[in-house]
Order: sequence, then structure tokens, then C-alpha cells
Amino acid sequence: MRRKAFATAALVALGLAGPLSADPVDDKLIVNGETELVTHTKAPDYIDGLDEIWSGWAFRAAETRAIEADDFDNPGMIFVEDAEAVWNRVEGGAGKSCASCHGDPSSMKGVRTVMPKYNEKAGDLWSLEDYINDCRVNRMQAEAWGWNDKDMVNMTALISVQSRGMPMNVAIDGPAKPYWEKGREMYYTRTGQLELSCANCHEDHYGDMIRADHLSQGQINGFPTYRLKNAKLNSIHARFKGCVRDTRAATYKPGSPEFHALELYVASRGNGLSVEGVAVRN
Amino acid sequence: MAKGVKPRVKVPKSAAAGDVVTIKTLISHKMESGQRKDKEGNIIPRSIINRFTCDFVGASQSGNVIDVQLSGAISTNPYFEFEAKVPESGEFKFTWYDDDGSVYETAKSITVA
Repeated sequence: MRRKAFATAALVALGLAGPLSADPVDDKLIVNGETELVTHTKAPDYIDGLDEIWSGWAFRAAETRAIEADDFDNPGMIFVEDAEAVWNRVEGGAGKSCASCHGDPSSMKGVRTVMPKYNEKAGDLWSLEDYINDCRVNRMQAEAWGWNDKDMVNMTALISVQSRGMPMNVAIDGPAKPYWEKGREMYYTRTGQLELSCANCHEDHYGDMIRADHLSQGQINGFPTYRLKNAKLNSIHARFKGCVRDTRAATYKPGSPEFHALELYVASRGNGLSVEGVAVRN
Repeated sequence: MAKGVKPRVKVPKSAAAGDVVTIKTLISHKMESGQRKDKEGNIIPRSIINRFTCDFVGASQSGNVIDVQLSGAISTNPYFEFEAKVPESGEFKFTWYDDDGSVYETAKSITVA
């Protein structure tokens, strides 16, 4: 009896210590009991500041992690279903839908893993959103969507789900190199009244607590992400904007050249992690 | 009728007699609170799911599983997860009642081997 009381006391002490150390959880993410995702792996060689990379999933509470492990529980999948309807919806002067050219959404398998990438024709770095709008304007003769329009974010989610479980693999060499260098420069540059760079939090202090939350590595392999705080899907650039705002800097616009470059660099830091195809975060 | 409403349920396809199964339900619904105004400043009338029921209908045994009353401040896309004892093969019927009078229904059958 006395021994048990002792053990309980020890557990209480551990419990108190728990919330202070917020190391990533070495747990397995298996979606729908079948697709195992890589949430923890070796960092790519070109990343100096990290030995290991962790998906943001590993930093979330057990309840939040469980939501992502089941498509029925994952509220992000509602938006994916919405996008499936839009995929088949004929719009614009050409009388086409996404399906008219691309067939089933499964034809988009692998697309998300290499985004953003350098587009030869346009001579610029393109994100998934740019490709979608190019299709809408030039092939469908429909109106372009705004970067964070509901339909746009949902469509990027539908396309991402097709690559679920595949490793992120953006190209950083060749014509993409200058963008990547610019992104890296941004990542390590302190900005805002708080004088914080991305690296100050997401490289030097991941696993620590900030604003009553666990700091992740800021990986974007799970995007677009369903956030419990706003009950919708959030784009990568919208998240960047929120982060920059938190440093009390004037932010760049979603879809701006700066965020394109940053997206490439941050994506490259997560090369090797699985595309999660709508992650769930808080 | 509210736009984009779609009920979803997850029920195991089969069970043993007397088994307790977990049922998950989710309905995509805006749950308009009645507190918001449109661009012209008019109040958007409240339109939430105010009641949700689940009933079991079998050949010899039928009954209500749960009957839930929902009020304001319940978030969009309400989700319910609950357990039910399955006495025999039959059908689970799910019904959501909207403030605007709409009723959304769906059903899932379960086989007791």
C-alpha cells in the first residue's frame, strides 16, 4: 500500500514535469489503419541546423494526433470532398472542368511532392496554386481564384491527398537554386519588432514552449492543414503570414515572390517527410 | 434548406449478437448562429441542427439509441460518436433536424452473423 502511494507520488511529479518538456512524440502515424506516414527522419544534408526532421504532427497532443489518423474523424476531409465536387464542375468559356482534361483526381498523384517547382515556360517558381490558376485561366477560361479562396485551398487539399504517404521531394538545384537561396536568406534573417527569424523558433527552439504551445519545426509537408482554431483548411502562405505577423513585422502577401521562395526553402527542409494530405493541427 | 449539408456516418458492416459497436456521425452544416449580420446589416436567421436522433430498426427489436438536443454555440459540422448494442441484424437510422424545418436522414444496415 505504502509502496503504491509512493509510486503515485512519483507519477504526479512526472506529470508536473511533463508539460515543460515538449519534445516531439516518437509515435507512428498510420492513416485509416493502412497508410503509414513518415513523420520523423534524417535531415537532408544541405540543412545545417538540424540532424533530424519531424512532422508537426509529432508535436501535437494525443487527441489531435488521433484525429489525423482517421479520415472520418479528420474534419479536413470534408473540404476535400467539397473540392471533389468542384473538380467535376464545368466552369468558364471553354466549357471544361478539371476532370475534362485530368480525369480522376488520382491522376494528380505525386504532384504535391515536388511543389513548388520552377516552371520553364513561365520562367518563374510556381506553387500548386499557380498551376491551378493557370489551368483555370488558360484552359478553362474561367476566373482565377484568390490565393486563399476556399475553393483554391480545398483544391490544393484534394491534390495533396493523392500524394499521401509519398515523400516530399522538391528540387533545389538548377533554375530553382536562386529561389532556394533567397528562401534560405529569408529563413535566417531576423525581422519585425521582436527581431525573430524563422530559425530562432523552428530550428533553435523546436520542442520548447511558446505562447502556451509546443514549437514545431515549421515543416509544411502536411499542408494544407486543418486547424482546430479556425475550423478550416489553411494554405502554406497563409500560415507564413501568420508567423511573420507574430514577429510583429509587416508581412508579405500570400502568393508574393518572397513567400514562393520561402515555400521552396521550407519545403526542402522537409524533403523525406511524407505528404500528409490534410494534416490536423491546433 | 442550408447549403452544402451532407450527412456522413460510419457503422461497422457486421457484428456478433449483443456486441457493442462504435458509431461515428458527422454532418457538414454551417450552424448559423443567428448572431451574425449580412453585408446589408440584416441579421442572418439562426439555422442550426437542433436535434439529432439515432434509432435501431430490427426484425423483432427496435428502439431509440440516442436523442440529442443541440443549442447555440455548437460549432460547425457537428460530430457525434457513441456506442450501441446490436441485438440482431437491422438498420441504424440517423436523423438531423434543422431550425429551418429541413430534415436530413441517412441509414446504415448492420448484419449480425
